[in-house]
Amino acid sequence: MSAGLEGVRPPEEWIRAAVDTPRGYGAMKRKEDARFVRGRGNYVDDVVLPGMLHGAVLRSPLAHARIVAVDTSAAEAHPKVRAVITGEALAGLGLSWMPTLSQDTEAVLATDKVRFQGQEVAFVVADDHYAARDALDLIDVEYEPLDPVVDATRALDEDAPVVRDDQDGRTTNHIFDWSSGDRAATDAVFAQAQARDDERVVTADILYPRVHPAPLETCGAVADMDPVTGKLTLWTTTQAPHAHRTLYAMVAGLPEHKIRVVSPDIGGGFGNKVGIYPGYVCAIVGSILTGAPVKWVEDRSENLMSTSFARDYHMRGEAAVTADGRLRAVRVHVLADHGAFNATAQPTAFPAGFFGVFTGSYDLEAAHCAVTGVYTNKAPGGVAYACSFRITEAVYLVERLVDVVAHDLGMDPAELRMRNLLRSDQFPYRSPTGWEYDSGDYPHTLQVALDKAGYDDLRREQADLRRRREAGEDVPLRGIGLAFFTEAVGAGPRRSMDILGLGMADGAELRVHPTGKAVLRVSCQSQGQGHETTFAQLVAAELGISPDDVDVVHGDTDQTPFGLGTYGSRSTPVSGAATAIVARKVRERARIVAAAMMEANPEDLEWSDGSWQVKGVAGASRTIAEIALAAHSNLELPDGVEGHLDATCVYNPPNLTYPCGAYVCVVDVDPGTGAVTVRRFVAVDDCGVRINPMIVEGQIHGGLADGIGMALMEAIAFDLDGNCLGGSFMDYLVPTALECPSWELGETVTPSPHHPVGAKGVGESATVGSPPAVVNAVIDALAPHGVRHADMPLTPAAVWSAMQGRPLRTDLAIR
Amino acid sequence: MEITVTVNGREVTRDVEPRLLLTHFLRDHLRLTGTHWGCDTTTCGACTVRLDGVPVKSCTVLAVMADGARVDTVEGLAAGMAETDLDPVQQGFVACHGLQCGFCTPGMLMTTRALLDRDPDPSPATIREAISGQICRCTGYENIVRAVRWAAEAEQQAATTTEVAR
Repeated sequence: MSAGLEGVRPPEEWIRAAVDTPRGYGAMKRKEDARFVRGRGNYVDDVVLPGMLHGAVLRSPLAHARIVAVDTSAAEAHPKVRAVITGEALAGLGLSWMPTLSQDTEAVLATDKVRFQGQEVAFVVADDHYAARDALDLIDVEYEPLDPVVDATRALDEDAPVVRDDQDGRTTNHIFDWSSGDRAATDAVFAQAQARDDERVVTADILYPRVHPAPLETCGAVADMDPVTGKLTLWTTTQAPHAHRTLYAMVAGLPEHKIRVVSPDIGGGFGNKVGIYPGYVCAIVGSILTGAPVKWVEDRSENLMSTSFARDYHMRGEAAVTADGRLRAVRVHVLADHGAFNATAQPTAFPAGFFGVFTGSYDLEAAHCAVTGVYTNKAPGGVAYACSFRITEAVYLVERLVDVVAHDLGMDPAELRMRNLLRSDQFPYRSPTGWEYDSGDYPHTLQVALDKAGYDDLRREQADLRRRREAGEDVPLRGIGLAFFTEAVGAGPRRSMDILGLGMADGAELRVHPTGKAVLRVSCQSQGQGHETTFAQLVAAELGISPDDVDVVHGDTDQTPFGLGTYGSRSTPVSGAATAIVARKVRERARIVAAAMMEANPEDLEWSDGSWQVKGVAGASRTIAEIALAAHSNLELPDGVEGHLDATCVYNPPNLTYPCGAYVCVVDVDPGTGAVTVRRFVAVDDCGVRINPMIVEGQIHGGLADGIGMALMEAIAFDLDGNCLGGSFMDYLVPTALECPSWELGETVTPSPHHPVGAKGVGESATVGSPPAVVNAVIDALAPHGVRHADMPLTPAAVWSAMQGRPLRTDLAIR
Repeated sequence: MEITVTVNGREVTRDVEPRLLLTHFLRDHLRLTGTHWGCDTTTCGACTVRLDGVPVKSCTVLAVMADGARVDTVEGLAAGMAETDLDPVQQGFVACHGLQCGFCTPGMLMTTRALLDRDPDPSPATIREAISGQICRCTGYENIVRAVRWAAEAEQQAATTTEVAR
């Protein structure tokens, strides 16, 4: 081995891991990589159709203003312009407003007012992209500026301007109040804690700032309305192709069988590509008006300023604790900034997503949260960025609060967590807010992480550094941060979870061709998660064939069964379950055919070593390939058994799955500049059975980088005029290879008892779990300076200000 | 303006607007869509190609600036369509799971190929420095570092084997 290879784990270890993994799963190279490394992926912007035109969106420069007049005459006179669409024109078609995923409405193109900077005002269709952009400059919009609502904490003030005066009778910016848990029982515990000498109440105000998923591929669409057949084909960046098709049918009144949504390769999603954006609708209208295909792809600023943001939760957390460190109850109030339109993507009955899981991984007597949602003059969205429907916010709240408790009690945060974690004998565990955790061994997972990190040694090193600092040596401030998270993914049981009335079940179809090769069709949509590989492995393991012999079809509504798509870490828990079950259905069908082939009773057959074998008869066995050929042949089959070898399945999850993990982060803070360096990051994840451990680890790596980004760098802040201060990658800083350490991963495996293969989902675990670990480490480093809490992002300026006792408000540019 | 550019070894002549960006010249005029566009501000590196061997971000290079130059894109990296035809950095990215959604991958490949051309044995720290102008939102970078090390070692082994064979 050459110099400098220290810390680089050789790929061979993955191959060994594959052998040790149950069910024949294991690391294998991804099928999709062959095209990606050759530059032969097919992303939306790569789609070129004959006669295709190009669209561009004119956006509002102001956060809040009345539209007085829109003059498009000069743009229309541009020789390359084919159409200019305004809100007024859309109103004539009944399309100027569209429903959101939270049963609100959102302007497609503004008619009365603009309500956030970057809002869509007009759409130009031209011969090429450059001409379309030129024509935007020729549109003259007269605005009457209005005072904006920028500070969410002032949105409910009596004199606050009303953002949504389009809604009849609306006089405030209040959207909803939602609560969860037993308020009376929780208040009773808090009253006791306040009254007793040996108990106390610990409070912290914690902001999870507005951030943005910022996938490297922005959002876009190519709309092609065939004027003869009336069929719309829409190539688009969507994580949920089927849901989009149904919504277009409902919104635009197009017959659903005349809509085909194709989601080709997607350059990252992270929740950003769940919703329907005005640009997609404009591209469709543009194609209808011009009779030609229309491509619209937003630029980076449009992506950051107008598409679905994440978080923006202003939280007050309270913990009732005994003096010796037993957590009794947690109480939370949240002010949720939803921007100008309530367009969060979440199950209908959950206006605050799954924030109700805020009791985290701890054994509490009682808990209660109350969430108030408000409108502001900011971009709409709210649920995105790998957040598992707001479990990111919930985990950050409770993990930060637990560290504040440790600080106030003078306890070690690892010891405090170990004392309060749920025990393995409490599973299945019903939380005080009504969630049924399926499985886990939390103390074990935490112990594995502490051992892997060398926690006691880390604390000794830290104590030594602090002594040396006090003695006047120029050494950094060392911080050690922990987080333990419980995720709730795989939404969800259709009796309680739907999006706009569509139950959250997903379909799978499996067909085995006569020569034993198989094609699987699924409703979920990969944005880089490697479904073509993992799902092929799932089928292969069930049927005893090679994953190379399974083709996975996804992302085309004309070719796949209905389902709600990929977000909330639901692909493996829901579509993966559908896949395993459909493969087992095929296997059972194969059993009957095999019995006919071998003139045996189906009950006398057993599935062994990848084939159906007659029990106790050596050599009497048939593989799936042999059975498939027979099933398509003239073999006489029992009455009631059709030929061929295929099956379908719709999987309705009986419960969510509950992955967990323990993270340890080690940072150094430069006391002179406030700059944070992440020295180490240990992540021990328990996501149940791992189908392809290589892909699982890749998912975790990506989420850990997200955590460093959110904790230290990323925020969509605003000035008091409502100007977005994070509108480019020069302002919205995401981590590069230099900010990220070499990740140190470990695992524990607690299979989900109700998932067919025991898998739990992992796509968002690390994004959920890592921000509190990083922040807890930084605050731990700052303990000698008396810092108890500071809000993300912990930029050098934010850290420095916290050290001076003047913590920054990171969501607003206020001096 | 008429420009002549040697793209992946093939000389092409086109009449282009002076303001046309190199990335759009490659993507829209030559249909080489492996080069991606991600940010407009020379930040993300998804559009990285090699201009006379030097990695550049083609979203902030005008096509006319490439007149008379050699431009190499991801499409020119592999010798053919067989797996064994892949450049070692391409093989390394596949072997080490150095990509997920694939959008940053072409730029990463061009940058790291250029790195190995000038430094055949880079340390992980050197690799991180080299790709610090490239953003990846999926991988957390670790497997990209491993992929480049994989390629470096594969090329060294191949060189040693060739040496022995002589």
